[in-house]
Amino acid sequence: MDEGTVSSEPKKTPFYEYHIKAGARMVSFAGYLMPVQYTGITDEHMAVRKNVGMFDISHMGEFDISGSGALEFIQRMTVNDASKLSVGEIQYTCMCYDDGGIVDDFLVYRLEDRYMLVVNASNIAKDFEWLRSHLNGTAALENRSDYYGLLAIQGPKAQKVLEDISDYDFETIPYYHSAVVKIGEHEILLSRTGYTGEDGFEIYIPRDKADVIWKAAIDAGRKYEMKLIGLGARDSLRLEMKMALYGNDIDKTTTPIEAGLAWIVDLEKGDFIGRDPIAKQKSEKPSRRLVCLELEGKALPRHGYDLVSGGEVVGKVTSGTFSPALQKPIALGYLPRQLTKIGNTVEVKVRDKLFPAVVVKPPFYKEATHR
Amino acid sequence: MNIPAELKYTKEHEWVKVDGSVVVVGITDYAQGELGDIVFVELPSVGTEVKAMEPFGTIEAVKAVSDLFSPISGKIAEANPVLEDDPMVINRDPYGEGWMIKVEIGDPAELDGLLDSEAYEKLIG
Repeated sequence: MDEGTVSSEPKKTPFYEYHIKAGARMVSFAGYLMPVQYTGITDEHMAVRKNVGMFDISHMGEFDISGSGALEFIQRMTVNDASKLSVGEIQYTCMCYDDGGIVDDFLVYRLEDRYMLVVNASNIAKDFEWLRSHLNGTAALENRSDYYGLLAIQGPKAQKVLEDISDYDFETIPYYHSAVVKIGEHEILLSRTGYTGEDGFEIYIPRDKADVIWKAAIDAGRKYEMKLIGLGARDSLRLEMKMALYGNDIDKTTTPIEAGLAWIVDLEKGDFIGRDPIAKQKSEKPSRRLVCLELEGKALPRHGYDLVSGGEVVGKVTSGTFSPALQKPIALGYLPRQLTKIGNTVEVKVRDKLFPAVVVKPPFYKEATHR
Repeated sequence: MNIPAELKYTKEHEWVKVDGSVVVVGITDYAQGELGDIVFVELPSVGTEVKAMEPFGTIEAVKAVSDLFSPISGKIAEANPVLEDDPMVINRDPYGEGWMIKVEIGDPAELDGLLDSEAYEKLIG
């Protein structure tokens, strides 16, 4: 995982004490002390797939963009068409450097009075500086990352848990939409989004309300046997869905086209940073692509391991794990385009031994409940 | 932390139980906790010669991979067949159902170099 560049003392999220009490194994990740697991990654992973789990994802960054030029600014900075967003809608997008390499991938929320960007924890400082350096006076940018604690409630029973703590009609919130709902006395922003593939919500909680909302969610979750989920299972859940992780699968050396994110690139919307090289690559087809690989044999592919074909190293594994749902090793990695056909076999080098890996159709896990 | 007093230990976090002419070997509760969910264990076949404090296999967990070290020199008498299909039994029961190999004792003096439970507890403390 990308550890970011933070060297100072790691920060605590508003939910830190609860993790310690729950017996979590804590790690420093992107400058925050985060729970990596509570009872075990497999156990937590399957709880989210089959039932419901709650994640502390307060390490994620939130930026507000407002002002008369806010939309124009976002259009210039990002690859997707944010002008399509109505109030309450959310879009997955990324921003690129001039050469088409990815600065970060994130969500854009269109809210009543502003836009909100939800960015990767390890990229908060870099993204803020990149955005700030492109401001032209008609949009205002504010880093609100320390204002919010974030909880994700994910799994087929996620809505049931929320229905127990709010009278809001959650059926009226479609996938990739947000709403402000009343939880107790508090007006809280949440969205039907997630990084697991399952139905679920991400909840933006002002820090002074963190305790109240945590306790309410835990109390409601008891009835549904909701589990606490750490970063370990967050990683295996997103990997089963082929959701990219910045620092592993995408970074400044990869473009959205190579990463299989052409669907978020809108070349018709007008100019944006990185447009020309991305348009060129899209029409000429990229020389390599990010693919899903399934392995037979007893070895786990890990980030950085070589992908081999015909005795030559042809690429690298960017993420790998043992899939708890599929019960086999899975990986993402870049391969030369001619080797990326579904069903093609390459090899992964694990501790000097080669293991066959088959290119499969994404996502790895096909029964996800997101809607 | 579960560190049974009747067992011996290596610095590499294996436990050792003397059982007549063989030793039974597994990894400690501490080791399984550090590794997290175990997905594969690669063990030698019966009859393989192993050497004291040299790797006899590997254990692959979701988070990390690690070598397994033999506490003594000798011949593999048995390898736990359960681990092939259910390696997470090591997480659930590291000192019981999760045992890994049985090694015929070649030189009993090698056993003297192993740690007792108190020394092992200090090591991981």
